This record gives sequence, C-alpha cells and structure tokens, in this order.
Amino acid sequence: MSQQMILSSGLRRSLTAVTLVGLVVIYVPLALVLLNSFNTDNTFGWPPESLTLRWWKLAWHSEGARNALWTSIEVAIAATAIALALGTLAAMALRRSRFFGRNVVSLLIILPIALPGIVTGLAFQNGFRTILGVPLSLWTIVIAHATFCIVTVFNNVQARFQRLGVNFEQASMDLGAGRWTTFRLVTFPMLRSALLAGALLSFGLSFDEIVVTTFTASSHDQTLPLWIFQNLFRPNQAPIVNVVAAVLVLLSAIPIYLAQRLSGSTAETMTGAR
Amino acid sequence: MLWLGVAYLGALAALLITSLWTQDDFTGTIQRTWTLDNFRDLFTIDVYRTITLRTIGIAALVTVIDAVLAFPIALYMAKVASPRLQRLLVIAVLMPLWASYLVKAYAWRGMLSADGPLAWVAAPFGLHSPGYGVPAVIITLSYLWLPYMILPVYAGLERVPNSLFEASADLGGGAWTTIRRVVIPMAFPAIVAGSIFTFSLSLGDYIAVKIVGGTSQLLGNVVFDNQGAANNLPFAAAVATVPIVVMLVYLAAARRTGALENL
Repeated sequence: MSQQMILSSGLRRSLTAVTLVGLVVIYVPLALVLLNSFNTDNTFGWPPESLTLRWWKLAWHSEGARNALWTSIEVAIAATAIALALGTLAAMALRRSRFFGRNVVSLLIILPIALPGIVTGLAFQNGFRTILGVPLSLWTIVIAHATFCIVTVFNNVQARFQRLGVNFEQASMDLGAGRWTTFRLVTFPMLRSALLAGALLSFGLSFDEIVVTTFTASSHDQTLPLWIFQNLFRPNQAPIVNVVAAVLVLLSAIPIYLAQRLSGSTAETMTGAR
Repeated sequence: MLWLGVAYLGALAALLITSLWTQDDFTGTIQRTWTLDNFRDLFTIDVYRTITLRTIGIAALVTVIDAVLAFPIALYMAKVASPRLQRLLVIAVLMPLWASYLVKAYAWRGMLSADGPLAWVAAPFGLHSPGYGVPAVIITLSYLWLPYMILPVYAGLERVPNSLFEASADLGGGAWTTIRRVVIPMAFPAIVAGSIFTFSLSLGDYIAVKIVGGTSQLLGNVVFDNQGAANNLPFAAAVATVPIVVMLVYLAAARRTGALENL
C-alpha cells in the first residue's frame, strides 16, 4: 500500500492546505526583508513606491558593517576550531566507557542547549568578570561560543561512533598499527563527514549568536549580530541594516547546500541546532 | 568534557553564588556578603512577579501555538508527501533556521509596522496591525521557533509505521479518531522534545521583545538591564535562576515521557 493511501483524501487535502499556508507564512517575512532592501522609502512604507539600489551601495561602503562581519567570521572560526578539537576528544573519551555517571553526562551535554542563552551568557559574564577578574574581550566571546559549539560537534561525532562500532579500529590495531596511526588512517577518515557537518553547524551557530555574545563582549568588540542590533533603531541606518539582513537571508542558502552535498540528508547535520 | 564540566558548570555554580551576594549602591562594586535579599526582592516586588508570570505564560502559549501549527505540517511531510517532496520540504523548513535569528525578528518588525504589509492587508477589512506589544512578541516568537518544533515531530511521525494507520482504519477508526487515539500518543514524546526548545528559547528571550515588544518586558529584559558594569549583577543572577529552575523542572517532566532520547 502506498504512502498516499493511509490517510483519507479529505484529511490529506486539509493537511496540504495547512502546509502550504505554513510555508507562505514562513517565507513572506523573509521575502519582505529582501524587497525592502530595494525600497526607496527609508521607513519602509508598504507597498514600496519605487525601487532603488542606493541602499546596497551605501551598505557596501559601510565600514561598521564590514568590520563587524570580519569580527564575526574570526570568532566563528576560532570557536569552531576549539569545538572540533574538544568535541571530538570528548566523544572519543566517552565512547567505550560505561561509567556510573553516564546519565549525568548526557544531561550535562543537553544543558547548554536546553537552558536559555541568557542564562549561559550571564553565567559566563559573571564567571569572567566577578569570579576570575578577566576583562571581557574577543577571547571571552570565543570561549562562550565554543561551549555550545562543542555540544554540536560532540553530538555529530557520537552519532557517527554509534553507527560504526569499533571493529575497524580493532582490525587496524590487530594488524600492527599503533594508536596514532589507527586514528590517522582509520578513525579520522570515518569521522570526516561528521566533523564537517559539526563544523558547519558550529560556524553557523556562532556566526548568528547574539544573546551570549552581548553578555561576553566588551564595549568595543562588535560582531555582526551586535552591529545589526545596535543600528536597528537608528532611522538613518535602517536601510543599511535592511540590506545586511537581506544578504544574510541569501547567505543562509549556502550552509543548506553544503549540508546537502555533505551527507545527502540534512537530518544528522541538524541535531542540536538552534 | 572537562571544558563543559569545569567551565560551564563552574560558571553556572558561580552564578548561583553571585545571586546571594549584594552590591554596593554607591561604588557599584560587588560585596561578597551572603544575603537572600535578591531573592526576597524577586518574590515580593510586584513588578517582578508579574513579569515572571507573563514570561512563563508567553513561553507556554508560544509552545502550544507551535505544536498546533507544527503537527499538521509534520504529518503532511511524513505521511502524505512523496519522498522527493519530503526532501524538499525538509530543506524548506531548515532554510529559515539558518537565516539569522535577528533578521527574522527584524522581518516581523517590518511586517507589523504601522504602515507595513499586515496593516496594508488588514486595512480594507477595517482592521489594523496589532502593532508592537505582547501579541507581536507571541507572533514573532512562534515564528522564530516553529522549525524547532516541526523537525522533531516530523522525525517522530516518520517512525510511526503505516500499518498502524491501516489497522486503525480496519478497526473502524475514522481519520480523526486515528489521529487522536493513535498518532498523537505516538508522536507525543517528539512533541515534548520540540517543546523543550520552543519553551526554553521563549523563556530567555529579550531581543525579540526589544524589537517588536514595544514597552513590555520579559524576564530576559530584567536580566539584561541589570547586567553590565554599572548595574546590579547579583540581582541579575537571582533573576536568571528563575529560568534555570523552570527548565530543570520542565526537563525532569520531559524525561518521564522519554522525550530526551528524541532530541
């Protein structure tokens, strides 16, 4: 019996209708951002009277936006690198051991994604400033970002380990390869796509993150989300912010495309996404 | 693992400790004397109680709205769409997740503005845009977190075997009865898993509130306004324990439904 037949036709029709409406609702606001980036009216009156490329030109020359973009990329790369190293190590360490605290550990892994970002952010700010006496800087942002990025890398790597088992590595060791050789020639190649997926997700999360960033950034570090948020309410900056927003909407197609190429399915890539 | 254990849990513990300290009103430095004053203020001052209840109410409402919207969409994706369409739909739902959070909240600021598209559509009917305020916050948050609900529910529904639908139909269950008595109970853990995200994310939000919320405040705003050099970090820490406690209770409840395996 085919997939199509298990629900009555009336129900199928209503589900189709709801899904269509849902997709429209999901995409209309994004389309509006794109359209408004060409709107001549800088208060975005609707419908737009005429269209212009002026804001795109202004945004291209906006130094604040450009600097913020680079800061964001630097932070995201650093956080992703740390997360890749530590997330993989953590997954390897937990791989075979069945120690008593396994449940505690699994809860611990969920916490950074289950607790609101504002709690994580405040905890870090308090930890750095009040407890450790470290001034906030780009590095405090990186450390805070790395914490939730580790979770995504860990999830991806662990899922891969569970699927693969340990046979290949045991075979490699039996054939006389040392631990390092086994890791380099057997374990790492098996993990590669999981690591890429984890890295992609980490980069995306860090790049987009604003709450934790607000709490761990010093006053002169500005990532792109912070820049957008600061300029959102300034009337003469609004059109430029809108262009940056439109660019971000367009850019969001890239990770989806990469994830598709990477795994054939996006399911694994998205575990723990937020 | 050590990083998470030491850095993250350490920071959380320190946060709880800080919430028991106090701040010197004149110098703005934090004094390490033990006191429950912050919590007393939190529970006895009316404003904070209102804000706490409002926050939890909005988070719960957003979760319910998302569950109600996500279920039919996920059911369509899992059980009606052809495999090819299924893949496309997953991408269509994932795509906005990668679009920046800020951009999406900002998009709704545009949608809801007084001379924006919603007002334009509503005008011929004599209606106007809900404007910025609590309803706008609820709409925006529901929009932001909808994919987090659709994806787990979709994954959960996909695991429900088709034969169960047939069995239910053979036993005389109509479409509605099948959904209510068979599908929803089986998808329930997945719905709870999705609700962890929608609930937690709404609970801590303050950015969307600032963008579309007008003058209304949620817990997140109180925390935000009290952090930073010039403000009252211990009190912010005390406020932040509210979402921690609420989430721990929520996670404990969710655990009993087996939802955590669905994350």
